Amino acid sequence: MSITLDAKIPTGPIEDKWTQHKFDVKLVNPANKRRYEVIVVGSGLAGAAAAATLGELGYNVKLFTFHDSPRRAHSIAAQGGINAAKNYQNDGDSIYRLFYDTVKGGDYRAREANVYRLAEISVNIIDQCVAQGVPFAREYGGLLDNRSFGGAQVSRTFYARGQTGQQLLLGAYQALARQVHLGTVELHHRTEMLDLVTHEGKAAGIVTRNLVSGDIRSWSAHAVVLATGGYGNVFYLSTNAKASNVTAAWRAHKRGAAMANPCYTQIHPTCIPRSDDFQSKLTLMSESLRNDGRVWVPENADDTRTPDQIPDRERDYFLERRYPAFGNLVPRDIASRAAKREVDAGRGVGPMKNGVYLDFGAAVSRLGHDVVEERYGNLFEMYERITDEDPYKVPMRIYPAVHYTMGGLWVDYNLMSNVPGLYVLGEANFSDHGANRLGASALMQGLADGYFVLPSTISDYLAPQLGTAPLGTDEPVFKAAESEVHEGVNRLLKAKGTRSVDDFHRDLGNIMWDNCGMARSKESLEKALQEIPALREEFYRDVRVLGENETVNQSLEKAGRVADFLEFGELLCLDALTREESCGGHFRTEHQTEEGEALRDDENFSHVAAWEYTGVDAKPELHKEQLEFEYVHLAQRNYK
Amino acid sequence: MDLKLRVWRQKNPTAAGAFEEIDAPDISPEMSFLEMFDVINDRLTAEGREPIAFDHDCREGICGSCSMMINGRAHGPSEGTATCQLHMRKFSDGDQITVEPWRARAFPILRDLVVDRSAFDRIVEAGGYISAPTGSAPDANLILVPKEAADSAMDAAACIGCGACVAACPNGAANLFTAAKVAHLNLLPQGQPERYTRVVNMVETMESFFGSCTNHGECEKACPKEISIDFIALLNRDYVKAQFKNRRLAGQKK
Repeated sequence: MSITLDAKIPTGPIEDKWTQHKFDVKLVNPANKRRYEVIVVGSGLAGAAAAATLGELGYNVKLFTFHDSPRRAHSIAAQGGINAAKNYQNDGDSIYRLFYDTVKGGDYRAREANVYRLAEISVNIIDQCVAQGVPFAREYGGLLDNRSFGGAQVSRTFYARGQTGQQLLLGAYQALARQVHLGTVELHHRTEMLDLVTHEGKAAGIVTRNLVSGDIRSWSAHAVVLATGGYGNVFYLSTNAKASNVTAAWRAHKRGAAMANPCYTQIHPTCIPRSDDFQSKLTLMSESLRNDGRVWVPENADDTRTPDQIPDRERDYFLERRYPAFGNLVPRDIASRAAKREVDAGRGVGPMKNGVYLDFGAAVSRLGHDVVEERYGNLFEMYERITDEDPYKVPMRIYPAVHYTMGGLWVDYNLMSNVPGLYVLGEANFSDHGANRLGASALMQGLADGYFVLPSTISDYLAPQLGTAPLGTDEPVFKAAESEVHEGVNRLLKAKGTRSVDDFHRDLGNIMWDNCGMARSKESLEKALQEIPALREEFYRDVRVLGENETVNQSLEKAGRVADFLEFGELLCLDALTREESCGGHFRTEHQTEEGEALRDDENFSHVAAWEYTGVDAKPELHKEQLEFEYVHLAQRNYK
Repeated sequence: MDLKLRVWRQKNPTAAGAFEEIDAPDISPEMSFLEMFDVINDRLTAEGREPIAFDHDCREGICGSCSMMINGRAHGPSEGTATCQLHMRKFSDGDQITVEPWRARAFPILRDLVVDRSAFDRIVEAGGYISAPTGSAPDANLILVPKEAADSAMDAAACIGCGACVAACPNGAANLFTAAKVAHLNLLPQGQPERYTRVVNMVETMESFFGSCTNHGECEKACPKEISIDFIALLNRDYVKAQFKNRRLAGQKK
């Protein structure tokens, strides 16, 4: 099967595209919506918002999550905030500016029409969330407060202390709970999607494993929506939750959905540095800290003094020095590489010399302890709990870590993948952030996709199917998929090797981080492409998964996910090798300016790289979607 | 440091469980409690013994998955700290540590330290929301919320739904969990129209699963987010008020 990529971007001026498109799509009348079945996989911002909204509209929704409750999804951990072009601060913000900032921040590798729509919807999201009771920070007069974030010179970020993701997810979860109560959404918790079933080239349903009983069964629907998050855990150490994985997206890819731009990974500049070898994950410190914290390293390499002993004139505030206009608020990719450069030059701080300082000394003397505590109290506490150091007194130590993945399954303007009837939302798709995501934009995208985009576009696909029932789950395609899932599970249980799943995952993570992390080269990527298949082969030969399928078996769950990462990681490296330019989070050492900034090649790489699966050890086929820029002027990003 | 663990092992919901003694030598004080479990599980796997099942995910104290009763205290010895953020430096060489799942009738054990907390979802489904279908919202700044109300609502909304309050309560009551959600919504102007139906529906659903509150205060002490027991007072006040607020208005037909 060959893939054709039609982005279906509406014609007309960019400001009118979405409105016109909503008028042009086919509708399903309210009384007919109950005649459709929709499967939603994932209960984070995008999945919960989509399931709740589709339920409100009257569709029959089945929601699947591998968590014990939809509220556990990793969106909950987002700290800093959510962007919206409200211009409540009267500082010159507009939908057009948010659109422009996002395309520029993404290093000109996103689709203009999608990003404009995102900026347009951003204002509705805030309205919606406030109506639901999300307790955003307020001014004394009762109006909403804002803060600034990286990559922008306006204050447009709405926040709920350092727990914005939690509060937005709880808002979506509560809207979902209401629909569960009303009977429009059927909730399946502790149930993991392990395959996508297609029939005559269209999405027909999914196969799941019940994580308590081990029961493997099929579910069919008129459409399947994946909102299953990003793949950052391919690096093992990341800020993602431990269970975040690529499995649902990867298995959909193996059934024909194109995977786009997997090499666009975001390394977040402000994470707590790794402290030892048994570290299980990295903890993010919100980017909002860069509003008031100043980043520095000692001027001299191998300075062994404690930070308070180093006088101001012997400190190098390298972000303020190199980027005076944006200072500590440069976009994430730029801040991350700048920190790496200092650490690589031997100026790193901390016991492993693997961090840079983020100093609140000046903020505490300027604003006072109380204001700093109100803004960042919970983050400071979290930091102290992990490191045993008090950031009010001692500067924080931070270092970049894998945080977010801009790549994902390819989707058109309707958020439908190239497999008809398969929609992909939120971090799981590739659509809006180009090669680098700006802070406070992930929450915006997840909710835009779930609350507003999908509910308006899905009817275009569903309307013509009126009166047809979903394919029965006793059909041969479902039975065949179920037996493949059974075989996959048995293969892992029967390997009976010597090494634990985590052991393999750590090895994969090391290969990925060393060769395809913050800096990538032809040489390193070719090395990774040699090592990953070898590790995969060893995995199936030597992995040890104890126990059986019929109980809670967390090793088995992990093994399935790591098996998929072992295939996916190879595609990520291949994409990175093929993209012979640097852009956003993808930095090829061969392609940089004299000052060490990312050097794009717009002539040859102004496209989306969408990969078609052709078999485990076969080379995937590359398809390109050319990106057209009518409104944004392509330039080397300048934050000086 | 060298530790001795006593961990509850239970194969499935119906099997009989028992404590298993597990030696844990050579544990670094820099590890988190769950990283120690990762290490122990790798060692058990190497010995051919099945690893210990436990719920966990974000490891940042926000998802609410982790749920261990450590030496009889929900989430262990550090106040205001979820298990995932507890570090081994809080223990000493030679300690014996007993680890159990949440013990409450409403939270059946699924395996080892993993319990089923779906009853919490049922409480939220009964009314823990503001009915605001997507698309129907006015401009966000049309709704003024006094800063004090927003802050207090946020204090309550910080609940992570881990269930420590239930596990710590001698009655297995879920009043702190329920009160936190009721208070979050009932303190806000947006929550007023459904204020009294919400509290009744949530309390009645809560009581069908959980024990009753008798003001022990263990819940507040165990809460990793230090949610105040004052919210239970608010819950009770609204519940009592609801008994006359929810009467039909004069002339209103049933």
